[in-house]
Amino acid sequence: MEFSMKNWKTAGRYILLLVLAALTLTGCAGQENLSAMIPKGEGAEQQYDLIKLTTYIMLLVTAVVIILFVYALVKYRAKPGDKSIPKQVEGNAKLEFLWTAIPLVLIVIIAIPTVKSEFALADVPEDAMKIKVTANQFWWEFEYPDYGVITAQDMYMPVGDKVALELKSKDVIHSFWVPALGGKMDTNPDNVNKMWLQAKETGIYQGKCTELCGAGHALMDFKVVVVTQEEFDAWIEKMKNPENPAPATAKAHEGQQIFEKSCMGCHATNGTGRSMGPNMKGFGDRSTVAGYLELNEENTMKWLKDPEKVKQQNKMPSPMQDLGLNEDQLSALTEYLLGLKLE
Amino acid sequence: MATSYLDKKFSLWDWLTTVDHKKIGTLYFFAGIFYFAVGGLEALFIRIQLMYPMNDFLDGETFNQMMTMHGTTMLFFAATPLLFGFMNWVVPLQIGARDVAFPFLNSLGFWMFFFGALLTNTSFFLGGAPQAGWTSYAPLALDYKGTDFFVLGLQISGAGTIMSAINFLTTIFTMRAPGMTLLRMPLFTWSTVVASALIMFAFTPLTGALFLLMFERMFDAKFFDVAAGGNVVLYEHIFWIFGHPEVYLLVLPAFGIISDVIAAVSRKRLFGYHSMVFATVLIGFIGFMVWAHHMFAVGMGPTVNTVFGIATMLVGVPTGIKVFNWIFTMIGGKVQFNTAGLFAISFIPSFVIGGVTGVMLASSVADFQFHDTYFVIAHFHYVIVGGIVQAVFAGMFYWWPKIFGKMLNETLGKWMFWLFLIGFNLTFYIQHYLGLWGMPRRVFTYLPNQGWDTANFVSTVGAFFMSAAVILLVINVAVTFARGEKAVQDPWYGRTLEWSIPSPPPEYNFARTPIVRSNDPWWYEKMQGKKEMQYAEPLSEIHMPNPSIIPLIMAFGTFIAGYGFIYTSWFGVFLGFGITGVCMFIRSIKDDHGQHVHPEGLHVEKGVHHSA
Amino acid sequence: MSTIDLKANGLPAHPERATQEGRAKLVGFWLYMSAEAVLFATFFGTFMTFRNSVNGGPTGAELFAIPMVLTATAILLVSSLTSVFAIMAMQRNQASKMRFWFAVTVLLGASFLGLEVYEFVEYVHEGHTFTSSPFGSSFYTLVGFHGAHVLFGVLWISTLLLRNINRPIDTYVAPKYYVASLYWHFVDLVWVFIFTIVYLFGMVG
Repeated sequence: MEFSMKNWKTAGRYILLLVLAALTLTGCAGQENLSAMIPKGEGAEQQYDLIKLTTYIMLLVTAVVIILFVYALVKYRAKPGDKSIPKQVEGNAKLEFLWTAIPLVLIVIIAIPTVKSEFALADVPEDAMKIKVTANQFWWEFEYPDYGVITAQDMYMPVGDKVALELKSKDVIHSFWVPALGGKMDTNPDNVNKMWLQAKETGIYQGKCTELCGAGHALMDFKVVVVTQEEFDAWIEKMKNPENPAPATAKAHEGQQIFEKSCMGCHATNGTGRSMGPNMKGFGDRSTVAGYLELNEENTMKWLKDPEKVKQQNKMPSPMQDLGLNEDQLSALTEYLLGLKLE
Repeated sequence: MATSYLDKKFSLWDWLTTVDHKKIGTLYFFAGIFYFAVGGLEALFIRIQLMYPMNDFLDGETFNQMMTMHGTTMLFFAATPLLFGFMNWVVPLQIGARDVAFPFLNSLGFWMFFFGALLTNTSFFLGGAPQAGWTSYAPLALDYKGTDFFVLGLQISGAGTIMSAINFLTTIFTMRAPGMTLLRMPLFTWSTVVASALIMFAFTPLTGALFLLMFERMFDAKFFDVAAGGNVVLYEHIFWIFGHPEVYLLVLPAFGIISDVIAAVSRKRLFGYHSMVFATVLIGFIGFMVWAHHMFAVGMGPTVNTVFGIATMLVGVPTGIKVFNWIFTMIGGKVQFNTAGLFAISFIPSFVIGGVTGVMLASSVADFQFHDTYFVIAHFHYVIVGGIVQAVFAGMFYWWPKIFGKMLNETLGKWMFWLFLIGFNLTFYIQHYLGLWGMPRRVFTYLPNQGWDTANFVSTVGAFFMSAAVILLVINVAVTFARGEKAVQDPWYGRTLEWSIPSPPPEYNFARTPIVRSNDPWWYEKMQGKKEMQYAEPLSEIHMPNPSIIPLIMAFGTFIAGYGFIYTSWFGVFLGFGITGVCMFIRSIKDDHGQHVHPEGLHVEKGVHHSA
Repeated sequence: MSTIDLKANGLPAHPERATQEGRAKLVGFWLYMSAEAVLFATFFGTFMTFRNSVNGGPTGAELFAIPMVLTATAILLVSSLTSVFAIMAMQRNQASKMRFWFAVTVLLGASFLGLEVYEFVEYVHEGHTFTSSPFGSSFYTLVGFHGAHVLFGVLWISTLLLRNINRPIDTYVAPKYYVASLYWHFVDLVWVFIFTIVYLFGMVG
């Protein structure tokens, strides 16, 4: 019985090892524009290089340890009934030296590219376009001081060049992370952090808040919309346009009036205005409502009817309970908001 | 035949007033098991919520409370008392002492832990548990009432922890048996030395950080008020100056257990004893210089990040030294695969996987992607669950016979081992990938269609395996108490002094203080053909400490004061501290010279007295 | 167990460490003081972060009543000296002399506290409170914490004096006196740092 158990145990360990190694090496790469293992920006590429380097070196270390370990278990297990005393060995100075020196060498190998990259990542170019990122509970504001434009939730940037992010928080500590483009940086309420971001391909990239900030922490996604320089310039022009499309229907017109009465105190609708809540210019072109729900009539109504249910602990007053609006009014509001497209 | 310390008929009063390190160790251990179950339940709730995207088993607030309490409970109220349980049981026995240096303080330390843990956990019923994570960053933590319970419970329990650390260190420095030089102490005792030093110097910054939070919430201080000039990153620094040594002070005793158990089950002395001691001390020392690797993404700048990154990588070196020395202890030995051995052996690859991801995290550049994601969760659960928890299980099976005089059931133990190993790998291995796939930590839910669904599901399945294993452990303990196999004095053919006395030991441990002639002193005597230790003194009346109810009442006073602070009741504060103060006063003015005990069944020369 | 060598005055040379319990108390207390030192270091660090965050209120240079603080410092330093005299007397088995010097220590400690309370009241009137600024919060936390330690020490030594007023010095009680005096020196040492870092550096800016 002991014999078969030992065989099974040893075999089991080998199999586990092979499975783990296979999983590690093939390593499903994850989803594009979200996973850090499919880098599409220079920052993410440098970081992925170091992830790979450290992974390979540590796999090597683990393999050496596991091989020695399995050898020890297989060759030196006590046979049942054997009560003899093996030779007692105090130690071996040469081995101690080896397994101190070799890890030190490995650390140097990891440290050198780390330090190089650390300083490169910290070097924010003076002449890059600035984007001021302000994190709130539970949404993101993006300001373009070079153009006087303010928007929320979807951060537009041109492909190719580095942009210089200036990160701050309005309330508690959050963290700005776009895994496919670069690493993360905390947004603190008491200082501005600077970081550059660069994208090599156009597309829409997923952004996550990565510092616990309350009940809505998991629902604070944002998007980085990377477009060509021409598209970006056009977007800026549209954002600077103080006019919004006229409401297409009577219902939408009614919605506009409701908005001006109940919502404008916190939400600006021109792309250059500062407001306490998210700027609504171009809301109809955004990818999400409330940062994580697909933008459509049903979800917009869902949010307006009960914001607390959609995003617990968020700071927007409830249009129905706090502002006294009824469902019909919310429906009109929704139609107006969905019509707020850029032109 | 000496009566054991457990032979008296069970009396609640006896257990509430005990100052015996063995009973206090038992109290710690069972409290630790209880909170391990509580923390495990919290983990199960977390995993059930995360089993499916956009699940509504728990809402965001409730999840954040579960997540916060899971971490807080596991680290402070489960791991720490479990390890303190071992330190209390084993260290005096391993150094040939009859108790710790300050038995009264030992009891006080336990009751402070007990009431602190209780206070924090009552938050669930009193308006909500803390929900800002076990790290409780300002300013988020300042928004919640639950933070008050976090702060006060940990202050009380933390004070108890510091007291115990001072106790262990003083015991080891002043009460070793003759011949036991520092460099002849077993590794578990050595790791207790270093862990206690870490506690002393790490829990005090935590005390400071908790005071800052408390003053900000309760007395309107302005430390973290940004508009008034406050600074929230300061909290992070102070917290992590505690937080990093905290994890080393948990893992070092685990290392100590592994060293002792592997040597015992391999029937071979620990390979490279001096290197192991040196590595332990070095880990403790470097552990104080790496805290900001938790803050690479805070924006401290490339120079600071580089310094802390390199220091962090360096701590992998002494850790690696230990791993190789354990393996080379087994090589050339005769390794037995009993349950204690299985857990100790399994510790090695599990801990190594956790350790190498630690080195990956040390690269600040890589960490910009890893930080605050499931990769970090995978890393620390590998070292904590694969490491510390497995070491605790190994220690349980190894020392249970000595402390309780019974052998834990091996069959149940082996089933538990495999269930736990499979479960823990299922849960945490896949989380390395989730982190790289973009999943942040501390999220109560996640959107579908991001490629995370299957991994989260698998991760939850593992949690059920681990739960089954823990249930088996509880059954094992119950069955063993009811009708377990009686243990002999030396069931593992051990090496260290605890195996030279009966199982369980008499109240005074050693009828006569032994003389230590070597490392692994009991093994040495056995190899010389002796059946018992040589003794340093003649048989005489033994000086033992008096039991006392005062520690419990003192700790209870702080418990009342804690609620006083939480509910801004000055009456409560003064009543609570008044009770504690009166107890301290009584303790100071009443003389306590201890008592003398007759070593059972042994002949004593008349008129010979000595102190313990 | 070896016999203790008694001196002519009936006490061993260092009565506080003549017993196992006494030695343990001393080791334990040194460990405790090193832990407390780190706690104070945390508050020093916090203070140094916020020394200039006055939130529009008065600065240290404008506030600090240096002559009074100098006097309080002198009082505390002298009280350390008197506690040394007390211990010397204890080791010479001169009980009444020991009690005298400890009583002086207590009185000096109480005077220090009185001056400090007066100082704080002045500051509060000038707008420097616990809640007025991060500077205020960290000042009162650090200096207030120290004051609480002085108060505890005063109560501790007073309790010892009263409890043992009719008892001779012996190896049971000697470690208690010794540990109390160690505590008193520790509190004094922390004050030296406070005086330097808070007050002197505060004047220089």
